Amino acid sequence: MVEMATRDAYGKALVELGERDKNICVLTADLAESTRTAKFEAKFPERHFDIGIEEANMIGIAAGLASCGKITFASTFAVFAPGRCYDQIRIAVAYSNKDVKIVSTHGGITVGEDGASHQACEDIALMRVLPNMRVVVPADAIETEKVIKEIAYIPGPFYVRLGRPRVPVIFSETYDFELGKGKVLRKGKDVAIIACGIMVSKAIEASDILHKRGVEATVVNMSTIKPLDVNLLNDLGGVVKGFVTAEEHSIYGGLGEAVAGVISENICKPVKRVGMMDVFGESGTAQELLIKYGLTADNIVKKALEIVV
Amino acid sequence: MVKLGRDIAHLEEMAKEVRKDIVEMTYLAHSGHPGGSLSSVEILVSLYFSELNQSPETVDSPDRDRFVLSKGHITPAFYSVLSHAGYIPHEELKQFRRVNSRLQGHPASTKLKGIEVSTGSLGQGLSVAIGIALAGKIDKRDYRVYCLVGDGEMEEGQIWEAIMFAGNRHLNNLILFLDYNGLQIDGEVAKINDIAPVISKFEAFKWHTFEINGHSFDQIFKAIDEAKRYPDNPTAIIAHTVKGKGISFMENAYEWHGKAPNEEQYKQAMKELNANG
Repeated sequence: MVEMATRDAYGKALVELGERDKNICVLTADLAESTRTAKFEAKFPERHFDIGIEEANMIGIAAGLASCGKITFASTFAVFAPGRCYDQIRIAVAYSNKDVKIVSTHGGITVGEDGASHQACEDIALMRVLPNMRVVVPADAIETEKVIKEIAYIPGPFYVRLGRPRVPVIFSETYDFELGKGKVLRKGKDVAIIACGIMVSKAIEASDILHKRGVEATVVNMSTIKPLDVNLLNDLGGVVKGFVTAEEHSIYGGLGEAVAGVISENICKPVKRVGMMDVFGESGTAQELLIKYGLTADNIVKKALEIVV
Repeated sequence: MVKLGRDIAHLEEMAKEVRKDIVEMTYLAHSGHPGGSLSSVEILVSLYFSELNQSPETVDSPDRDRFVLSKGHITPAFYSVLSHAGYIPHEELKQFRRVNSRLQGHPASTKLKGIEVSTGSLGQGLSVAIGIALAGKIDKRDYRVYCLVGDGEMEEGQIWEAIMFAGNRHLNNLILFLDYNGLQIDGEVAKINDIAPVISKFEAFKWHTFEINGHSFDQIFKAIDEAKRYPDNPTAIIAHTVKGKGISFMENAYEWHGKAPNEEQYKQAMKELNANG
């Protein structure tokens, strides 16, 4: 399977946007290479600003540019935005409803060897609770490119969470991203697996394993965590016996709780969450960490079987 | 839109009206921040009635001068000035801090045109002003960005991030006013976490600086004129002011940072303001 990092797709999408639209501005906080905004910088130096290691200042500057009609992307690691500049995002971006797209790379534990200080497993929760903020976690490089090009022209604040490592490309060029719509990738009547980010490919893998065991799983790529596709969840709730959510994020505050919130309001069916179990990560390779912390197809299978058996 | 140019007598008359509004608004709202509002009056009046190339009619113009209120709690002064400048009906000031009002306790940019960004959490406005200044450079527009910062607010780390960046980027279209009244919520800035010496700090960060009496229109205009002549750097105008200026029992009393006058205090304050001049 072809692999590509979502951050690489981001860098490519920014350049294409920049070529078409002079209003696109890009900011980073001393991480132009790592976040791949350097590609934009090379072509459009007058619209790329490396603020230095000043995340709070970067977010304020982004809000200022946006208030002058600039479509502004601001990028650093997910531990730093939102982690380092939450209040600035809350007041200058979300409350002010500015056209700022915060696109953070290095989300989750697949950051790997840098360890827990650099592994954001809380960022989705932090962004999801802010009014006006939309939250998107693309599943692969293809979807990332579509998301970036789409949200550039949807006014208002966004948080997009990308990753560091190369991950399987699961969609074809014809894949269509629509904000707020979950994509059903597999159809099955027994259980629904709702996943985002790198866990989508693992959910597909899990559905194959379940199929061999006689369990038919629906797999949904829920890349938009907010606004959540409530209609799709309610429709699925009428069919399946229960849900498994899968995310590279704490089981608190992320996709799992979002899905559980909808299901508990409307349908009384179990929702089992696969994610970080309220623990910090650690150093190790991405693969080692995914296995150690249960972010695997096998763990999704286990949870699904708990529901159907 | 009222512009008073540099007619000092009229500007002083306007400042008095604004001070009355501050007292009345906080009295009616039973809350708000009179102390720092009163210290900022001459700066705000200078900007809105003389300096800013902006009016209610041009509030959406891409070429307008911008003002960012970083010390967001001084909405009594800000809204009063906006009302006299024609952005909102003067009568609406009575709605300050009330439910369903556009006049939120701290400025909300989504509720009222003329507010560039929501503020209220200290330390953020200067960064936004920098973003506006950068946009002006990209688009080759001649507008200026003015930002009003409080002295207690200078303790915030983000302010120093912003000062460092603006100096390094030579943002000559950015003018900062520091309302240096010397007091913050808990007491004297000098005792809690002294920001002095501010002049040498700004200069070390490559800013051009002026030190003025922030209640003197003459000195404010001179500083702005000088700032406009400097082609290479952002300018910080260190405005020495008196917290609670104009009302005897509020002057230099940190207790009046965020407290409303009661009826007796309200009457006394209005009496003093009406008696002076």
